[in-house]
Amino acid sequence: MIVNDFVIKFANVNGSGSASANALFAKAIFRMGVPVAPKNIFPSNIQGLPTWFECRVNGNGYLGRRDGIDIMVAMNPQSWDEDIKAILPGGYLLYDSTFIREIERDDIKTIGIPLTQLCNERFTIPRERQLFKNVAYVGALTGLLDMDFDVIKGMISEQFRGKDKLIAPNIDALEIGRNYALKYFDCPLDVRVESSDAVGDQILIDGNAAAGLGCVFAGATVAAWYPITPSTSVAEAFESYCHKLRIDEETGQKKFAIVQAEDELAAIGMVIGANWNGARAFTATSGPGISLMSEFLGLAYFAEVPAVLFNIQRGGPSTGMPTRTQQSDITACAYASHGDTKHILIFPSNPTECFDFAIEAFDLAERLQTPVIIMSDLDLGMNEWTTKPFKIDEARGFDRGKVLNAEQLDEVERFGRYLDVDGDGIPYRTYPGTHPEKGAFFTRGTSHNEYAGYTEDGSVNVRVMERLVHKFNTAKELVPGPVFGQDRQDSTIGLLYFGTTAISIPEAMEMLDGRDIKIDTMRIRAFPFSKEVEDFIDSHEKVFLVEQNRDAQLRALLVNECEIDPAKIVPVLNYDGSPITAKCIVDLIAEALAGNVKQVESNTVAAE
Amino acid sequence: MSYIAKPKFHHPNLPRNGLGLTRRDYEGAMSTLCAGCGHDSVSAAIVEACFELNLPAHKLAKMSGIGCSSKTPTYFLSKSHGFNSVHGRMPSVATGANLANNELKYIGVSGDGDTASIGFGQFAHAVRRQVDMLYIVENNGTYGLTKGQFSATNDRVSLGRKGQKNAFDSIDLAAMAIQLGASFVGRGFSGDKEQLVPMIKAALSHKGFAFIDVISPCVTFNNHNGSTKSFEFFRDNERSITATDYIAPRESITAEYEEGSVIDVTLHDSSKVRLRKLDANYDPSDSAAALQHIMKHEELGEVATGLLYLNVEDTELKEKMDMVNVPLNSLGVAELRPDSNKLESINKSLR
Repeated sequence: MIVNDFVIKFANVNGSGSASANALFAKAIFRMGVPVAPKNIFPSNIQGLPTWFECRVNGNGYLGRRDGIDIMVAMNPQSWDEDIKAILPGGYLLYDSTFIREIERDDIKTIGIPLTQLCNERFTIPRERQLFKNVAYVGALTGLLDMDFDVIKGMISEQFRGKDKLIAPNIDALEIGRNYALKYFDCPLDVRVESSDAVGDQILIDGNAAAGLGCVFAGATVAAWYPITPSTSVAEAFESYCHKLRIDEETGQKKFAIVQAEDELAAIGMVIGANWNGARAFTATSGPGISLMSEFLGLAYFAEVPAVLFNIQRGGPSTGMPTRTQQSDITACAYASHGDTKHILIFPSNPTECFDFAIEAFDLAERLQTPVIIMSDLDLGMNEWTTKPFKIDEARGFDRGKVLNAEQLDEVERFGRYLDVDGDGIPYRTYPGTHPEKGAFFTRGTSHNEYAGYTEDGSVNVRVMERLVHKFNTAKELVPGPVFGQDRQDSTIGLLYFGTTAISIPEAMEMLDGRDIKIDTMRIRAFPFSKEVEDFIDSHEKVFLVEQNRDAQLRALLVNECEIDPAKIVPVLNYDGSPITAKCIVDLIAEALAGNVKQVESNTVAAE
Repeated sequence: MSYIAKPKFHHPNLPRNGLGLTRRDYEGAMSTLCAGCGHDSVSAAIVEACFELNLPAHKLAKMSGIGCSSKTPTYFLSKSHGFNSVHGRMPSVATGANLANNELKYIGVSGDGDTASIGFGQFAHAVRRQVDMLYIVENNGTYGLTKGQFSATNDRVSLGRKGQKNAFDSIDLAAMAIQLGASFVGRGFSGDKEQLVPMIKAALSHKGFAFIDVISPCVTFNNHNGSTKSFEFFRDNERSITATDYIAPRESITAEYEEGSVIDVTLHDSSKVRLRKLDANYDPSDSAAALQHIMKHEELGEVATGLLYLNVEDTELKEKMDMVNVPLNSLGVAELRPDSNKLESINKSLR
């Protein structure tokens, strides 16, 4: 009997209404206190193509993606053959037995439920027949997996509160499936769900919604964006939370402005204009949007205007795989724009960090007067994660950075926008309209002196560029620092990782432990890298670096920015568009340790 | 051109405006454009308009893109903040700035390359959104900084400096602005201060997107025979449709005109624009008629100037977006950040 440890996959047709039924199933398990990781695997399509919903259930909280399917709910004839193949030996196939199907595998167990027939008998409207089929298989699963039926019934009532007419037919549909399963099959199966307290006070939310909410709590007032998968839901979440939390009680008017821009160039332009003028503004985009925003990012870097940008990375290059995940914009973002330009990157690993880092990013952008890019990805952005609840520190205000008001300007003899008064590389700025006589300056992307005046004097330009480096070094101490693995093992081998790879690391460590491989781990959370990152690399003979891209981009960044021996850093890479699995990490490390290192192209590039 | 700093001393009896300021207080750094450049006259007209309107310079922001025209904000209003952005992208930066603080006035200065080519998309959408600003295009039909290539506003019949022919039709930015929904559209000439200054004053008093296409000849690359953007051609072929008088709030109107020959329009700050119709059939509140008029003159090889279209009924961006009546950049933690209880109830809803 396997309890609370399986992967179930639903194969559906895009646009058939399966998403809400599948989400209901995942949330019911979560409500039973069992950690769950649902993932939508969807095509770039509105209707008709195959789509999957994969859900890992794990009582130990190992929620990284795992290969191999224990239970397949195969509802899509288009992908039927492929779906059957994905089932692990001994696994289950749940299918609509209204239609006769050839099942060529004899090492799996089959559960045929005539879903179409049952729904056609009960419902009359064609669309209802279609939609309730999805609810019916969820009902069947509650019986097969011994799920708490009251929990799911309660969720239906909650979901349709105010539309009470829909409650009864939904519960009917659940019962149709459940009763059929209980009657015709030996329930529960040898895989089941059992109520637990492993979830604790955690919440279930996707990273984009968390980021949007974080922007509300960070005091962002302006958002400008252009629709692009998988980042669209950041702006949409911000808008929906603003409608709940940011409407002026007296006038009913908005304490925010959201513009769906004409393109990504305009989106970042508006963000820069608003930040320049003292409002906290952000944008959200994905790969192609980063390419388009690059020129403006260079302007913000050089003219020292704060900006916050969420990059929800997807599969590249070019249009690539818009509905698959990768961490392949690292170098494009770190050095976005021409000339000597570099940007602050922050790598959240879960929705809680999407929320926290949104708040952090606005403080950093204004403190450092430069763009801050939050490097999320599709897996984190568009899937719901079991994650720690959100918290804010009410004692902490917004750090608006070095901004002079009228009184302060009165005390300054001569205001210099780009003067390094404090020796940390960060100058003082003023908002337009502050003082009738003092503090006005000309923001420009052309080379300028300390007083924002145009200059073609090379030595002045060098001075400004050097100060920008100095400022970037100051940033090292301000950005979120790295996180060490809980059990430091004092191994000679280290493992670096970042972003969504984190979810697979605890499981990978346990698997490596089983193979008697001891490794120290560190999670990088930001660029520029703090000294601790360099020290970690220095103090290990060999350091694996896990990345979800082809060219080991973070490795290239480390090699470029730090005084380290490139040969020490061994890339562990996965870039097939699926979130990296613990098994993949373990296999690649074990292989490398056995001496069968697959030479990655970028090794040679980076070593030059 | 010159890179000498402007002398600070001035005549002690310079006239002062309502704020006690002289014209010199509205000037900027010494221009680095070619001697005789039309753009410098536009800068001077902006200085004059702001001086006469008694505008506090620090409550105005200057926005621009890239090109000769986009350099000019350095040459006027040195007490205003300025933002010289990237090529063709001033409209988006101005839009963002406007969202952050709608209480400032915004003057965007752009060129025909900056607006009609690389920035055409952003221009269109700033108009469409009715961003509250004055957007001036200093239109000379040529790329000056890169030494004289045709721009998209260069007329098809207009020849290059070495007699090169232009294969493509020009874009009429004023017609474009009317079509896209700008609520104030005018066309002026850098050499005609009497027409331009009142038009700028009216535009700065208008709420919404005010567009002025200023024909501003490039003395170096596009002022030869055969060019339709030369001083000479323009003087011969300009047709003023309206003459604009700007009447400040509380200022009385003294001159008398024949009935039907003037139109008075009250602007948002209760100042007035008096349009003296030089073409009796012209109705500046009718966008379709305005377009037809512009095109008719174009067919005749003439350029229609004056305040071409005015609509004081349309709302501007902030109203369209239903934003609060205080600048967003003035809101602090107390107004913007919900408390922990709100966050806790959100957490609860996610369990």
